[in-house]
Amino acid sequence: MSGKFVVGYDGSASSQRALEFAVDRSQAQGGTIVLAHVLEWSPYSFLTPNELEERHKRREEELHRAETAIMTTVVKDLRDKGVTVETVIKYGNIPELLAKIAKDCGAIQIVIGRSGHSALGARVFGSVAGALVQAAPVPCTIVP
Amino acid sequence: MHRKNFNAAIAAAGLLMASAPAYAQSVDEKVNQIFASSTGWFVNLIFSNFPGTSFPWIVAWLVVGATVFTLYFGFVQFRAIGHSIALVKGDYSDPNDAGEVSHFQALATALSGTVGLGNIAGVAVAVSIGGPGATFWMILAGLMGMASKFTECTLGVKYRNEYPDGRVSGGPMYYLTKGFAERGLPGGKVLAVLFSIFCILGALGGGNMFQANQAHQQISGIVGAYPGWITGVVFAVVVFAVIVGGLKSIAKVTEKVVPFMGILYVGTALIIILMNADQIGWAFGQIFAGAFTGLGVAGGMVGALIQGFKRAAFSNEAGVGSAAIAHSAVRTKEPITEGYVSLLEPFIDTVVICTMTALVIIITGQLVAGPDGNYLLNEAGTAIQTVGGTSGVGLTSAAFGSAISWFPFVLAIAVVLFAFSTMISWSYYGLKAWTYLFGEGETTELVFKVIFCVFVVIGAAANLGPVIDFSDAAIFAMAVVNIIGLYALMPIVKRELNSYVSRLKSGEIKKFE
Repeated sequence: MSGKFVVGYDGSASSQRALEFAVDRSQAQGGTIVLAHVLEWSPYSFLTPNELEERHKRREEELHRAETAIMTTVVKDLRDKGVTVETVIKYGNIPELLAKIAKDCGAIQIVIGRSGHSALGARVFGSVAGALVQAAPVPCTIVP
Repeated sequence: MHRKNFNAAIAAAGLLMASAPAYAQSVDEKVNQIFASSTGWFVNLIFSNFPGTSFPWIVAWLVVGATVFTLYFGFVQFRAIGHSIALVKGDYSDPNDAGEVSHFQALATALSGTVGLGNIAGVAVAVSIGGPGATFWMILAGLMGMASKFTECTLGVKYRNEYPDGRVSGGPMYYLTKGFAERGLPGGKVLAVLFSIFCILGALGGGNMFQANQAHQQISGIVGAYPGWITGVVFAVVVFAVIVGGLKSIAKVTEKVVPFMGILYVGTALIIILMNADQIGWAFGQIFAGAFTGLGVAGGMVGALIQGFKRAAFSNEAGVGSAAIAHSAVRTKEPITEGYVSLLEPFIDTVVICTMTALVIIITGQLVAGPDGNYLLNEAGTAIQTVGGTSGVGLTSAAFGSAISWFPFVLAIAVVLFAFSTMISWSYYGLKAWTYLFGEGETTELVFKVIFCVFVVIGAAANLGPVIDFSDAAIFAMAVVNIIGLYALMPIVKRELNSYVSRLKSGEIKKFE
């Protein structure tokens, strides 16, 4: 059975492990990878007038950086290995958007790494994994 | 002969020595004198009354403008408020535009520039001079001012400059030039230059020196008197770090704390009002009765009306044109949507926050009434007697303090933070006007930013009354130029409005999700 695996990827070691896990599974099943990078963003945050003016410019720069620094190399590596991969870069709330991306592309599973906050840290700052399992439309795998 | 010279020398030396300690004092006085004599005519012109009345024409100018826009756009501020809220919530924002400036962000930034001393000190002045009735006229002026904001912010977005590197720049100077050219009207460039000059002066004065001065008053009121230049230097260093050094962390903290302070202020006011729930009916009775009779206040009904209108205009800056600069960075394909969003600004600023201040002052019984129910005047006969003889920020502080004893400390922190965020906003407004006049470029921009920081110190250190008068006058002079422009360009806004409303009705413009 083939299907898409959405992988939350930010270039960190844990997201790298999540990617490896997803690649193994997808190769075993004959699926493909959707590499998703979400830039944390809230439309309800507060900015100074100067930040307002430069926001559009900064956004272009951030997208460019995400593309070149995070996505390009890993996508090339994967394609060299013969893995079919597509990429998505979006702004917003990470768990909500991962769930939405999975839904939009008809994925069969979401795979993310664990950032490794302590229980207290997760309580205070919230955890992507915790929020994702509540919101995800498909099974999730959290790779330690 | 020699002896005479010697005596003269001694006398001169004595004079010098005597004047040394008073040197700083006399510099202030000199600056005051020179400033007053060279700019007094301008201040008098802006704040002069209609002949034979005590009604300043500039207040009428703002109110007539607001009324014209209200009627011309068919009471858009009342019909569209639901749609405004939907826009701020992001119901009509394309999710693919995430990461761009949202309606909420543009509104929040513009609000942090207007919410400040006007809401705390200005209202206290209005109520103590004009009586509770001033509140009624203040609310009315706030409601009308929503239409002025609607007009100017729509134009701000429509005629903004978008540069190849992705930055955007907008405001009255751009719509005055481009809009007038589009309509084939003469004089756009002249108005834009005048606006920019007034905007720079207003930014250095009301948006900077006045704020620094009041912040110093607040801090020294709590920790005891100390030289103002110390506050000035600290403020200037922080402002410098933010606007020149690009130190995002301070700006970020401020931009987060200021809205929190605003909510805390309104929340506390509500608690105090609810604590005195049995008085609410009475307070509104006072407000309505005072609005039309004056309740024996100096100047009667007209006195209440002038104070209410004047303080509302001071506080929400509707028609001044400053907000159009902040709002113009929003990401939208429809300029009119930012008009809808901006009309919430005078509502939040004046109709909500200013009214809270007024209610707390009235409900906590700070104004002293005589046995006949009319208010007693103070000895000078210029304002209503207050319980502790307080006025301005002090009156608001006393009112909150009478219900919650420790709140004046929170209020002092709030005033300082509001002052700081207003300075950051106005440094930007001033800079935009500066670059309009002198061109963009790092050196020109740096020159303005350094001047701005120097004025922070001057504002905190000196009690330069005439300078403050002049800068207030400059802010209102912005309104003279801006509203002329708004009259000329309002048909363009009307066209945008009609087109947008018809597309909204036909379903061409839809909510996302």
